[in-house]
This record gives sequence, C-alpha cells and structure tokens, in this order.
Amino acid sequence: MGLETVLRDPRVWRFGEVPATGTETVPTGFAELDALLPGRGWPVGALTEILAECEGIGVLRLVMPALARLCRSERWLAWIAPPHIPYAPALAAHGVDLTRVLMIGPVEGPAERFWAVEQSLRAGACSAVLAWLPHADWRGLRRLQLAAEAGQSCGLVFRPLAAHREASPAALRLVLEPSGSRTAVRIIKCRSGAGAKPLTLDLPGPDL
Amino acid sequence: MRAPASLWLCLGLPALPLEALGLGETPGASVLSTGGHDPRVLMGNRAACALGIIPGMRTGAAHALGSLEVHTRCESAERAALHALAAWCGQFTSFVSLAFPDGLLLEVGKSLSLFGGIEAIRRSIRTGVAALGYQPILAIAPTPLGAIFFVRACQESCLTDLRQLRGPLGRLPLEVLGVDEGVAEALVGLGLRDLGDYLRLPRDGMARRFGPDVVSRLDRALGRQPDPRVPFEPPARFERVLDLPHEVYDTEALQFAARRLLLELTGFLRARGAGTRLLVFGLVHRDRRESTFRLELVEPSRDPEHLGQLLQIRLERLNLPEPIRALKLMVDELCPQDGISLALLPGAKARAQSIAFLERLRARLGAEAVRGLGLVPDHRPEAAWYLCPPGEASALSDRRRRPLWLLAEPRVLVVQKGRPLLRGPLELIGRGERIEGGWWDGRPIARDYFIARNPAGSRYWVFREIEGDRRWFVHGIFD
Repeated sequence: MGLETVLRDPRVWRFGEVPATGTETVPTGFAELDALLPGRGWPVGALTEILAECEGIGVLRLVMPALARLCRSERWLAWIAPPHIPYAPALAAHGVDLTRVLMIGPVEGPAERFWAVEQSLRAGACSAVLAWLPHADWRGLRRLQLAAEAGQSCGLVFRPLAAHREASPAALRLVLEPSGSRTAVRIIKCRSGAGAKPLTLDLPGPDL
Repeated sequence: MRAPASLWLCLGLPALPLEALGLGETPGASVLSTGGHDPRVLMGNRAACALGIIPGMRTGAAHALGSLEVHTRCESAERAALHALAAWCGQFTSFVSLAFPDGLLLEVGKSLSLFGGIEAIRRSIRTGVAALGYQPILAIAPTPLGAIFFVRACQESCLTDLRQLRGPLGRLPLEVLGVDEGVAEALVGLGLRDLGDYLRLPRDGMARRFGPDVVSRLDRALGRQPDPRVPFEPPARFERVLDLPHEVYDTEALQFAARRLLLELTGFLRARGAGTRLLVFGLVHRDRRESTFRLELVEPSRDPEHLGQLLQIRLERLNLPEPIRALKLMVDELCPQDGISLALLPGAKARAQSIAFLERLRARLGAEAVRGLGLVPDHRPEAAWYLCPPGEASALSDRRRRPLWLLAEPRVLVVQKGRPLLRGPLELIGRGERIEGGWWDGRPIARDYFIARNPAGSRYWVFREIEGDRRWFVHGIFD
C-alpha cells in the first residue's frame, strides 16, 4: 500500500487541513463552521454529538438550518423523547416542514429510549434523528453510529458538557458555550478534520 | 380458446388429529389415545414412531417404550383446522371443497397459468401447508375422487390427462374406495386385489351384487359420471383459536403458534384480495379471564414477515399475568388490497420503508407515542400547537418571535429585588409582547411576554400576569 493510498484513507488524520471526505454531508448553514468540518457540513450516516452545559444558548438553533434543508427529502425528522416540547410555531419559522416532523415519546426508561433511537437511525426512513442521551456509554454510542451508517441518517445526539471527558465513537463532537450574546463552538473531535480551532458564531436569535 | 380442463388437487392430512393440537412436530413423543377402559394408541407423532409405538397398541404398552405424552383426540379442533386451511387455500383457486374428514379438494386447472404451471402450484401449496404445521399428501388428477383415491393410497401422483387415468388408478388397492367393511370383505372374497381387478369384472353384475354406490364411485373416479362438489364458503371475518400443546409461561414460546396464526391469516387475506389494519389477539388463560392486545397498522397489510416482525416487538413487551392455554386471533375488518405490492411502484419503496418503520415504533411504544406536530391559529402559546398523526399538514404559522422549546407547563419564578430569578437574576431584552385571549373556551390568558437572559447566557421566554398576583413565569427556552 503506497503512502498516497494511506493518506486518502478517511481514517487518517492530517493535521492542519480539511480534506474532502467520501461521506455525504449536509451544510450546517454557517459558512465559518462548514469550513472547519470535513465534507463541509454535518456528516450524514454518522453520529454528531453536541455537548453543552446550559440550556438556552443555541444548541437547537445550531442545527435548525440543516434540519430545514433535510426536510426537503421525503424522510422523517425524528425527535426522540425531547426534554421539552419542540414548539411548532418556532420550528416552522426556522423553515422546518412540520409534516416531516416525527415526535417519538414518551418512552419508559433508558432502554426504551435507546431502542427507539437505534430503530430510527437504522430504518432508513429518517433524514435526521435528534436524541437526548445523558447516560450513553461508548458501546451504546458505537451501536448508534453503526445504525446511522446503515440507515444513512444524520444522528444528532445532545449530551451534557461533562460527557466530553468520555471517549466517544461519534464521527463529530462539538462543545457549545455562551460567549457574551454569541455562542462559542469548539470541535473536539472530527474525522480526518482540523485541529480544535474554536469558533464564535452568531446564531439567528429570537428576532429573526 | 378452450377453457382449461378441470384438474383436482387433493390435499390429504393423515396426521390432522395430531397436527390440529399442535403435536405434529413436537420434539417429545406424543400419542392420541382412544380413551375408554382399555385405551389404545390412535396415532403417534414422529417421535413416538421412532420409539416403535404403532397405532392399535395399548397405551400402557406404549408407555413402556419410552417417555410419552398421551392426549385425547379433539374433533372440533380438527374441523376448525380444516376450515382454516380451506380458507387459506382460497388464495390458489376460487374453488375449494371440504373432503371430510381430513382432506381438501382444490380445482387448480384454471389457476395453472397464474401460478406458473402445475409443478409450481404444487410446490407453493406444499411449502405453505408445511409452514402452517401440517405434513400433507398431495395428489393431482382430472377427477376429484381420483385425486382422493391417490391420497388415500399415499401416492403423490400428478395425472393431468383423463385418458391416462385408468392405468395408474387400476393399480390402487381396494381400500381407497372407502366402502363399508362388509362390502370390502366381499370384494376380497371374490379374489380381487386392486381396482384394476374390479374394473375388469362386468359392471352390471357388480352393481346388482354390491349396490349402485360402489359402481358409481369408480365411475366418478374415472370421469364417466359427473361428480359435483360443494364449494367451501370462507367466513367473512377471520377468527381462529389455536390450542397450545402445553401451557406457555413466556411470550417467546408463543412465537411458534403466533407465526402459524399469522400465516393462516395472511393466506385468508390473500384469498380475499384484502389486507387488514387491525389485528386483535386473545390470550386464553386457565383461571383468569381472557386478556387481549391489539396490533394496529398505519396501512393495510397481509405480509406475514412484516406482521410477524410487529408481533414480535409487541410480544417482547407483553407481561403474561398467567400461563396461556390457547392463542386467539381475530380480524374483523378487511381492507381491499390488490395484488400489486406497494414496493413495486416508483418512489413507493421508500414509502413502504417509512410505513414499516412507523409500525415498528407503534407496536413497541404504543400508537400514542408516535405523532406528528401541527400548528393551530391560536394566540395562546400553549394552544398554538398540537400532536397530530404523522405527516398531517396543518395551519400556517404567524412567524412571530417564539422559542424553540416550550415547557409543558409555565413554571412560576421567584422574584428578588423586583427581578425574576432563573439560575440568577433575569435581564429582560427588548420590548414585551402582550398576549390575551381564550375567553371563548374558558381558559383565558392575559400575559406580557419577554425574552430574558440570565447571567450564564441562557435565554428564556418569560411572562408576567397582567392581572391578579402579577406573578412571573418561564414558559419557553430560546435554545
């Protein structure tokens, strides 16, 4: 195997540059963020972990443009046991086609929740799956990563900041923190991606 | 064009008494006994035969040969099984007739082209019947009684030409005639060995000696006399009870019986060109009242694989209050469904995949846990949305400043030094929005809504009551 072949392998990281990968992506809707991500967007057919300590700093707004874009396919946007009610008027205002939204829940306990997430990722019927998994372990996330690959689904997993200390098989991991009235996004892991260059984003606020 | 000649397939079930009780293929040896004060073995399953147990043996003697279960024959179960199988066979032909006590007749001549020839239809029927738990004997002949005779002789012949029937039929033993014992003995007394010997004797003399019935049987078998059969009328709804050979304590052991019921159902539905959206299962317990559970579908189906998958998901989640003696399946409503599989239409594969996915979720989590999201043109924030069936289109949004998260209930906030607190004092951003309404349905609101930020940078949607205590609440999160 030649060096070029090795370097083209998507599993190989090359520091300081973002090579195009073979995996499909969906643009995040934020040009500065896309520039830092391999494939210039959220990976499709993979798990993305979004970690944040506090609510109300833009975790959902970060994914809204991508969700609005994914609605153009015939597949579902599955929300699995979200912590609050995804508010329909606001989703519609962000360009989400509500007829594609699938609300799954309530679920009884973590095992049931995990089952629903895995099913949704694997089925091939969901363009994106949004899941809140505070207590997922490496093995569980690995299963979800494989399910997302099988179903070509964009798996968005929301977890508390403390989870960043645990290893994760997710293809992409981000940390969100408030930064004044803006939101700081830090990439802590990405496939064949760039180093951890922090980025501050202006997420579309409530006054859109 | 000439109409295709009639061709009769006789489906014989020599082991029906065992199979109707689910004992046909059990790993342990089981026999049916005649009962009474000197009980004898009526028939045994494969495991019993392997022990050397033969029909007619005293059950006491059979016990000496090995570990054995003795069951009593249940004729009503046999009849129910035969009827269910007849309804199932309707998918292969429009004419099914009961051939009591343990057989069915199917007119397959008109179905040959549809199923791809005689071998193909025979194979389909055999595989299907075996999957239902029966070991059938299949014979095909141009006359119904001819086919029955071959089955009685345990010969799986396939004869399609009436002119070639006489030779093979003549080689069958006299027992296949099914005549009274007295007549049979008299025939043997004449030195006859098979039907061929009989056919060589003068016809009128035989009729005088043994009555017209015996002669008529052979005439019908050879197609010299018409042999009209009564068509089996399938019931309008599906209802079937399957007695379990043993009481079942866990749902996993139910899988086998459940699969059999689903196969019977899907054959029944195919025969009627229908699918169903609602399956009701009943669990029959020993002492308790029967318990039921339902399997609801998004789209009508008659696909045994799909239904089996959904049922398995449902069974895994089921707690059995008591052991189960019998499993019941009832389907009242049939939905017309033509033979074209959804998956063959363009764009429909994805749709079928999507529906199958929804049904798996509903089977495990319940129908109320799988919903869509809709808008309602109502000023009150909590009334501006609702849970609807997935994919349902709703009203348009008024697109004003709204948070992405709404709390299920507004939460009252503590106020300190005139400022509401939520992980620190809240700072109000921008102007408020007054929302009033709801006087028409008895849930009126009058609130001033604000966007507020706490010291950590979290943004919330809060409101203050316009009247009364003027309390502060948080109602949403701008995440």
